[in-house]
Amino acid sequence: MAHIKFVQRDGTESVIEAGSGASVMLAAVRNGITGIEGECGGCLDCATCHVYVDEEQLSHLPAPKEDELELLGAVTATRKPSSRLSCQLKAPFPVDPLTVYVPETET
Amino acid sequence: MSGLVVIGASYAGVQASLTARDSGYAERITIVADENSLPYQRPPLSKGFLLDLESEESLILRDAGFFEKKGIDLVLGTRALEIDTRSRKVLLSGSSELAFDKLVIATGSHARQLPINGADLDGVCYLRSLHDAVDLKARLHDASEIVVIGGGFIGLEVAASATKLGKKVTILESASRLLERAVSPVVSEFLLDMHTQNGVDVLLEETAVSIEGRNGRVAAVLCGNNRRIPADIVLIGIGGLPNDQLAKSADLKCTNGIVVDDHGRSSVSNIFATGDCTSHYNVFAREWLRLESVQNAQDQAKAAGLAIAGDTGPYESVPRFWSDQYDAKLQIVGISRNFDSQVVRGSIENGKFSVFYYRLGRLIAVDSINRSGDQMAARRLIAGGISPSQEEVADLSFDFKSLLKAANSAGA
Ligand SMILES: Cc1cc2nc3c(=O)[nH]c(=O)nc-3n(C[C@H](O)[C@H](O)[C@H](O)COP(=O)(O)OP(=O)(O)OC[C@H]3O[C@@H](n4cnc5c(N)ncnc54)[C@H](O)[C@@H]3O)c2cc1C
Ligand code: FES
Repeated sequence: MAHIKFVQRDGTESVIEAGSGASVMLAAVRNGITGIEGECGGCLDCATCHVYVDEEQLSHLPAPKEDELELLGAVTATRKPSSRLSCQLKAPFPVDPLTVYVPETET
Repeated sequence: MSGLVVIGASYAGVQASLTARDSGYAERITIVADENSLPYQRPPLSKGFLLDLESEESLILRDAGFFEKKGIDLVLGTRALEIDTRSRKVLLSGSSELAFDKLVIATGSHARQLPINGADLDGVCYLRSLHDAVDLKARLHDASEIVVIGGGFIGLEVAASATKLGKKVTILESASRLLERAVSPVVSEFLLDMHTQNGVDVLLEETAVSIEGRNGRVAAVLCGNNRRIPADIVLIGIGGLPNDQLAKSADLKCTNGIVVDDHGRSSVSNIFATGDCTSHYNVFAREWLRLESVQNAQDQAKAAGLAIAGDTGPYESVPRFWSDQYDAKLQIVGISRNFDSQVVRGSIENGKFSVFYYRLGRLIAVDSINRSGDQMAARRLIAGGISPSQEEVADLSFDFKSLLKAANSAGA
């Protein structure tokens, strides 16, 4: 089992288990983590699954593909070098737990 | 203690329940679902699921524990048979009944059937549910020739997936172009080229007259011009119809779906309806619409959930839709019908472009192929009533963010 640590803006942390193949977005939505909507279900349509990955862990993850980058270019929250769309990050992860920070609300 | 009863456990039903709960509705909430699986995502059924990129497990949207945590009872494998608006009861399969104070009808839509000879043969498929998708996927495994009747979203997506799986695909479309009701000719033409280049035979202005069988199984489709196309599978995708039978027999007002206001309220005040099964007056399109999209199902359900919890917040989101075919992501925002001019941004040849549609100088809709950045901007532009000039749109170096910022500070 892979683990994901979600850190909210007020510092609250929750650790969730994700089965192989499940994305960080799905794990968040299935467990009701606030701030990650996943409106399109991971189809790269909505960017409501934006997260910041822990900066030290970032380089261990597979790089984003072109369509993810295109959508990241238009997120409403601040875009950072550590910005990723969590629907594209799938378990198993090269680090455990994978730590992600939830941005301010996306609209 | 009868609380809220919700019929249907897909995007609309689940979202209405969650919003009601999260907005302070403290009574009992029960969702009744005729399907046996936990709520799942439908869009991948014609795409990633057929291609084995998604499993049944990965389609599940919420698990049982989640509903428990929210205090929502999920009754699976049970069909609502009748609504008694006077005694406020829903009659369920298995002859039980549920009393309600408030009711949400979120029954979705079903595939329009094609009434031709042979349509009942084994191997004639429709695609709406996980059950349908599991069946189609198993059949695709052994099939080599597929005829798709209907060049709409589901037909085109299945055609793309089947082609990727190495099958020979023919599409029959009775209109003169693909996706006629949803996109403009520029986009139809792009899609036609893309499918043709991938080896699909696209026959426009062609109708299926009958389906021929051999030993009870599909063998070929007979076309209007007497042409006979061999087929192991016939996939029919000729549109959806609202599941409004329950509502009709309870005398709720229905016209192309259950008629609702901008809070999802039907003609009976304690009964709400949301999603594919409803028809609403859309402020952006300025007409009555029935939309079949995840966005509509979710956003309309949020408005209904708020109203149920005694709060307000009308449904006024810009309509959105996406579709994946081969490596192309098609995204649509707004309703482009009745446009009087259009501008293309990007390159059609390179398969990365957006079409901006205007009516009387106002931006009303944008279709994009592989330009989701344009889509994200367009959603905010259209929602805010901001229309970039046609010169700005055509100029790839022009960044819409400047317009959005200017509008924000003007509004602040
Ligand atoms: C193959 C496919 C691909 C799609 N692709 C996209 C896409 O890319 N993008 C997009 O935006 N949209 C897409 N859609 C459309 C989208 O899935 C629908 O708009 C959305 O599911 C509508 O949600 P809903 O909750 O209103 O209805 P539905 O999802 O249709 O759910 C209604 C539920 O109610 C149940 N039900 C019906 N009657 C009863 C009853 N009497 N008692 C109990 N339960 C009942 C049904 O079995 C069903 O489970 C696609 C749809 C399909 C089928
Ligand atoms: S869930 Fe929509 S882009 Fe990730």
